This record gives sequence, C-alpha cells and structure tokens, in this order.
Amino acid sequence: MKILVSAKRVSDPNAKLAISGDGKWVEGDVEYVMNYFCENAIECALALAEEHGDVETVALGIGDSDETGRFVRQGALARGIDRGIVVSADEGTIDSDLIARVYQKIVEKESPDLVLIGKQSVDGDSNQVGQLLAEYLDWPQATFASKVELKGDQVEVTREVDGGLEVVSLSLPCVITADLRLNEPRFASLAGIMKAKKKPLDEYELDDLDLGDAAPKVRIAKMTTPSGRKSGVLVKDVDDLVAKLRGEARVI
Amino acid sequence: MSKILIIADHDNGSAKKITLNTIDFAKQLIAKRGGSFDIAVIGSGVAGVAAALTGHGAGAVHLAEHADLAHPLAQGFAKVVADLAKAVGADVVAMSASSLGKDALPRVAVRLQAGMASDVIGIGDAGGSVAYRRPMWAGNLVGDVVIDTPVHVVTVRSSAFDAIAASGGASPVQSFAADPGSSRAKFVRFDGTQSSRPDLGEATVVVAGGRGLKDRFGAITEPLADLLNGAIGASRAAVDDGFAPNDYQIGQTGKVVAPQLYFAIAISGAVQHLAGMKNSKVIVAINKNADEPIFKVADYGLVADAFTAVPELVSKIKALRS
Repeated sequence: MKILVSAKRVSDPNAKLAISGDGKWVEGDVEYVMNYFCENAIECALALAEEHGDVETVALGIGDSDETGRFVRQGALARGIDRGIVVSADEGTIDSDLIARVYQKIVEKESPDLVLIGKQSVDGDSNQVGQLLAEYLDWPQATFASKVELKGDQVEVTREVDGGLEVVSLSLPCVITADLRLNEPRFASLAGIMKAKKKPLDEYELDDLDLGDAAPKVRIAKMTTPSGRKSGVLVKDVDDLVAKLRGEARVI
Repeated sequence: MSKILIIADHDNGSAKKITLNTIDFAKQLIAKRGGSFDIAVIGSGVAGVAAALTGHGAGAVHLAEHADLAHPLAQGFAKVVADLAKAVGADVVAMSASSLGKDALPRVAVRLQAGMASDVIGIGDAGGSVAYRRPMWAGNLVGDVVIDTPVHVVTVRSSAFDAIAASGGASPVQSFAADPGSSRAKFVRFDGTQSSRPDLGEATVVVAGGRGLKDRFGAITEPLADLLNGAIGASRAAVDDGFAPNDYQIGQTGKVVAPQLYFAIAISGAVQHLAGMKNSKVIVAINKNADEPIFKVADYGLVADAFTAVPELVSKIKALRS
C-alpha cells in the first residue's frame, strides 16, 4: 500500500505579518512553520504504516524550491515518512486549483491508494485542495477527519461536521483531509533527522508535469490589514459588569 | 448580469437560517453586477423546505430530490449542484461555508471549470472586476480575490451577512431530476450533539468556555447560556481535552460567530480563537490572569476566577430581572 501525504510550509499566522510591496502577498521575511493540519496528516500516515506494515509513505511539498525541500525533510522525512517529492512553484500566485492539479499529476505518477491532506493551510485558509483533488481524480473523499480506520480495502472515517460527528466508509483509493483532533503529531527524533538527510527527495518544476494550462483560476488583487478592535475597559467586579452590560451596552 | 444559484442549507426538515445570509450575499452581488438569483433545495423529502423559500425574491426555487441525498456526501451532492447550475445557466454558485458547503463546493468548481473563493465576507472591486473579500492567516489579513473563470463558485461566511427577512412574492418551485450518480463512499451514521439551545451560528448570545473550566465546563457555562437564551461555544483547547464536543469549537478552524454578546470565560485569546469571534458586537472576558490577550479585544474585562464570578453574574442578572 502507498500513502501520499501533504507537507506544506506556511508563514506562521501567530507571527507579525507584513503585506508585501505589491500588496498581493506577505513579506518573505517571516517565520515559517509546517502547516498544522499537514502535521496531523503526516502523523496519520505514519500511524497507519506502523499499524498495517508494508506501507510506503511519500510526502509532497509544493512551493519555493529550496525552502520547501528543507521543510519536507524536516517536517515529514525526519518524522518517518519514507521519501519526498518537491514541486517548485511561486507560493504567492499558485491557487488551490493549480495545487490540486499538481497533486493529480503526482498521483498519476505514484498511484497511491490513499492521499492524506491537511484540511486547510493556515495561511490561505481556503480549505479546498483535498476536495478539488478528489473531484479531479473522480475519487471519494472524507474531509475534516478526526478518526481513520483502515479495514481491508475500506477505510472508515469519522468526520467533524456541523452538529456532531459523521461516520463514512470509503473504498480505496480515496482522499482524506485531516482535522486537528485526528492525532497528536510526534516530534522528529535525532535519529530521524539524521536518517532524513539520506532519504530520496525528487524535485520537479511545474513545467515537468504536463499540466496543460498552468494558469491559476483565482488571483489575489489586494491584501489589507483589517482594522483592529479597540480594547475596552476593565470592570472592577461583577456588579460593575452587570451595570455596564445593562446601562452602557444594553445587551442584558 | 449575473445568474446566481444559491444552494440552501437545511436539515431535511426546514431551511437553516444561514441560507438567508447567503441570500443577502447574492443581493449584494446583484447590486454590483446586476442579475438575478435562484435557490436550489437539494435533499430527500424537502418539498417543504423549497416551499418555505419562495418568498425571498428568487427567480425560481429548484427542488432536486433523490433518496441517496438524505445524507448527502460531497461527491453526489456536488454532481447534482453542477448539473443544476449548468441547466439553469448559473455563472455564480454560492452556498454557506457550512460543513457541507466546504465539503462539496470545491468539487462543484472542478465540474464547472470554475475558480472558487472560500468563506467570503464581502464584495469589493478590483479594476472593474468583482473582488471577493475573504479572511486569510486566521483573519489577520484580508484578501480581495478575483476569479478569472466565466463561472464563480463561492462559499459565504454567514456571520458577515444579514439573515434577510422574506420580501414577499411567490417564486415558482421547479422540480429538477437529481442524479447523484454512484460513489465508493457510503454514509454510515451521524452522532449528533444533543442540545436544546440555539445554533451557535445563529445565536445572539454566545457563552464560550476555555480549558481552565475543566470538568465543570457545563456547570459554569450552561446556567448563563440558559438565562440569556445563548449558545455554548468553546476554545480549541477545551475541545481537544474533551470538556466540550467538537462542534462547539470557535476559531479559525472551527465556527466563526458574530453575536450581539460574546462571553469568553477562562479563554486566553489565542490568534486562532480570536479569528472566530472578534467581530462580535460586545465581548466580555472573564479570566483570572490579567495578562491574557483576550483582554485586548474585550469591551468589558473582568479579572476574576470564573468559578465564582460566573455563578455570581448569573444570580445578579436574575435578581435584576425579577
């Protein structure tokens, strides 16, 4: 069995962000972290491999080439993923649709049984790639997974949805997108970091992938910083709070 | 001129209020680009839902029913949406960024060779093109995105639009032969969170608790929510630790709410939590640590132990009302 898993780097949404000069992306000089949801996807792939044996795991990173390669090694291969693939692309202009089409080409080359992708990247926050890929492949999908159980050629997935939890059963091959409560991602061990240096990492340019029309469908015209909320007042006790909510805010 | 197809959110019995927020989005888009909108009600046994949506000014309400859509899964649902969008000649397909909207609409975009904007909070303008305004980086930045394909697919953040009242008129209900096709995905079961409180996305008051409430999460939040007819929400940490169910989570990766009154109780105010609530009208923070970032966004901050302050707050509001 083969699992393809996402390994995307993101500029840390907890860090101070500045909009780039052209107003269309963030300044390059920021902290990068592995996308949280990709960490859950990677952990899920590793856990399935440990549980079932005879599973090959492959991580895919798409982005500015050198840094993306480093993230795939550190974030995925050092944790135990068998090998990596990097597709070099401009992170500021590639859209979810083109990312999904890159995944499609890699799926055609690699023929994985399962594709595990973070449910969204915490920079663009679009929450589209897994779903787009599933449709391009005409595969079933289970998004927002909080539990994944492999049962022969079926996989049973618990999904976090409005109002509760939905359980679906899919036959392989399929796409699953990882939510935060799927697992606790492991840290890379020192031995893992050493081993990762020697693991294979294939690199492609977008042009190598025979994408046909490689134009994005969606572009960012402008980015802005929303006006902040001004901080209010500290009240001295519960009586003061009740008085203000009633008299000033008129909400109770 | 736009022809917008709105996909209704419903529970197979009645339309969810978030559908009305999506209608507001459509009306704002029409105000900019001209055009009209239709509504699609897709499900099983949903004629009543369609009938209830005929008073909102839609050109038509399309009723697309199939037994396999009683528990819709993305693949079949998306096929029906795309088939219908083609049949009516829609150039914008919009649905709330509900679980189903987020799950299915990207697949619709592929079927219509369309670009998609997720979680739209407003409509702007970029050199004569419509720009869809959407939060990025947990709402720390806002992007105006332009879709360069003839058809646009959009999910709408309900809290950024008004739930508009019926405008009168009687849209015709038209049946559409829904064919969800076959899929290798099967619905197994749904484990719903039992609650008699208002829906988190629709409540005018939200009482949210953090991890610090521990196993007294319910004991602290419920009396205040009940008193104010509010919904209960939670920080990610409280959900991760099992003190609250998953669909209570408010934040970048959970629900986004903008009620009239928001109580953040024992919540520190991490960036990803603020992303889900900072557009609330009035924010009250109760936390024993005065340094927590939640106090930076709160209109009223009370530095106090939630275990004593919240019950006191409940009894004093009760006293005031009696």
